[in-house]
Amino acid sequence: MALEFLNESIETADRKIIEDIQTERLRNTLVNVYENVLFYKKRLDDCGVDPYNFKDIGELQKIPFTTKEDLRLNYPFHMLARPFGEIVRIHSSSGTTGNPTVVAYTGRDIEMWGSVIARQLFSLNLRRGDIFQNSYGYGLFTGGLGLHYGIEKLGGVAIPVSGGNTERQIKIMQDFLSDVLCCTPSYALHIAEVGKELGVDFSGLSLKAGIFGAEPWTNQIRKEIEKRLKISAYDIYGLSEVIGPGVSCECYCKKGLHVAEDNFIVETIDPKTGKNVPGSETGELVFTTITKEGMPVIRYRTKDLSNLVYDKCECGRTHVRMAKPIGRSDDMLIIRGVNVFPSQIEEVLMNVKEIEPHYLIVVEKRNFLDFIEVWVEVSENIFSEKMNALEIFESSIEHKLYSAIGINIDVKLKEPKTIKRSEGKARRVVDMRKGEKP
Amino acid sequence: MPIKQLTVFLENKLGRLAEVTRILKKENVNLQGFSTTEARDYGILRLVVSDVEKSRAALKKAGFTTHVADAICIRVEDRPGELLNVLDTLSDAKINIDYIYVIAGTRVVLSVPELDRAEKLLIEKGFFICRD
Repeated sequence: MALEFLNESIETADRKIIEDIQTERLRNTLVNVYENVLFYKKRLDDCGVDPYNFKDIGELQKIPFTTKEDLRLNYPFHMLARPFGEIVRIHSSSGTTGNPTVVAYTGRDIEMWGSVIARQLFSLNLRRGDIFQNSYGYGLFTGGLGLHYGIEKLGGVAIPVSGGNTERQIKIMQDFLSDVLCCTPSYALHIAEVGKELGVDFSGLSLKAGIFGAEPWTNQIRKEIEKRLKISAYDIYGLSEVIGPGVSCECYCKKGLHVAEDNFIVETIDPKTGKNVPGSETGELVFTTITKEGMPVIRYRTKDLSNLVYDKCECGRTHVRMAKPIGRSDDMLIIRGVNVFPSQIEEVLMNVKEIEPHYLIVVEKRNFLDFIEVWVEVSENIFSEKMNALEIFESSIEHKLYSAIGINIDVKLKEPKTIKRSEGKARRVVDMRKGEKP
Repeated sequence: MPIKQLTVFLENKLGRLAEVTRILKKENVNLQGFSTTEARDYGILRLVVSDVEKSRAALKKAGFTTHVADAICIRVEDRPGELLNVLDTLSDAKINIDYIYVIAGTRVVLSVPELDRAEKLLIEKGFFICRD
């Protein structure tokens, strides 16, 4: 594969050059927020960082973190650094757990966002003229419109189908000759399942790649998607507070997600102490935007856990790679004192080839003790007329889960389609201790 | 020749067995007999029906997981000691029964590891093997 870049000088810049660019852009950003956002003016005054004389990128670590709670307290518009008139777009989170977080973009922010995504799509060997079926939700959610502008910037053909209506998705895929599917990984699996029921032969379609994100997913799920849809599946990462999808994305090597470092500074911290973790150790990702004007964030805590690799990638890009996030720190379940990530369970389940990639983790308290069970659906692959075959199947998965995670997890066999299919972000965990219901 | 027995996975939930029989009724399939085996949260329903393929297709369409397996179906006389004759025939030949149940018309359905050998033995003993 010939090395090809949409913006070679930036994408392959030496670390020193990247840091120089970051320092200058960070200074401009700090001046912007100091002058225009009361929250940050106070923050910078308190920690003694002078935005006008900011010269050393290491000084960034002196500035306190910005959290989701900070954004909520400044709901809806107090974090904006530009007046309406310059702001041209508002997005917002769903606000399932409190006030939604609101984010705002200037025209140049939208332009930057599109360029970043276009560059990432290019790094996946996708080109002008490729047809993108964009099945991320369009609306307040950043997924749909975020990808949309990147696709157009690349010169791709954007089909803004949005999420849902899976049979129509498949018809469009067949009739419009979609090359690329963009959606959540769980929705990709749902499309594959419905397609199979309709007798669709995916290997006969044009579809060659998928850009999947907006929820954590393991490499095992990647393999399932690739096998079922006959495509190459890539991970894109982002969060609306930083910009939306495109904060980082895999290149065709699939060996970590390159952070767009000319626009975002990434750090990894110990979520407990808040200290930066050394080298490539796992920690919570923290992002600072350095080109966004409308609503910059300084050291925004993502709660996503990952680790950073600074080695040059085989693709030739120098921008730091983050490993596929293993989950969010607040997704971590504490079961009788043991920390369990849903992704650990997913890995075990997806290594059992008879298990369908639809599962649900249910946590509850029984007699003051935490219990965790995993629902999996009984497919024809495991079902026979013998009861003990099912029992052996159940206990073999329980054994595998125990060996991998170290706690007892009950496996519950369920009828097909009992587990709700997702058209957007999948709900993989039900914590009845928090009053959630399956 | 063994019969085709239809098996359905059922969660231990209200109305699931009723749903299966509703589907069979709609397909105009006659239910000749059945048995259930239950674990804590689910069960297996084994059915002998007048049309296996039609039933299976309808159940699959309704989202049930199904399986078709061979089993021996024999007619036994309705009098004391008849089942014992069947069981003795098999145990004398060291054939273990996985499961067994009775269906309409004093017929017994049973599953064993060595289907052909068991069937031959039972025929030799004069039992009537039902074909459907």
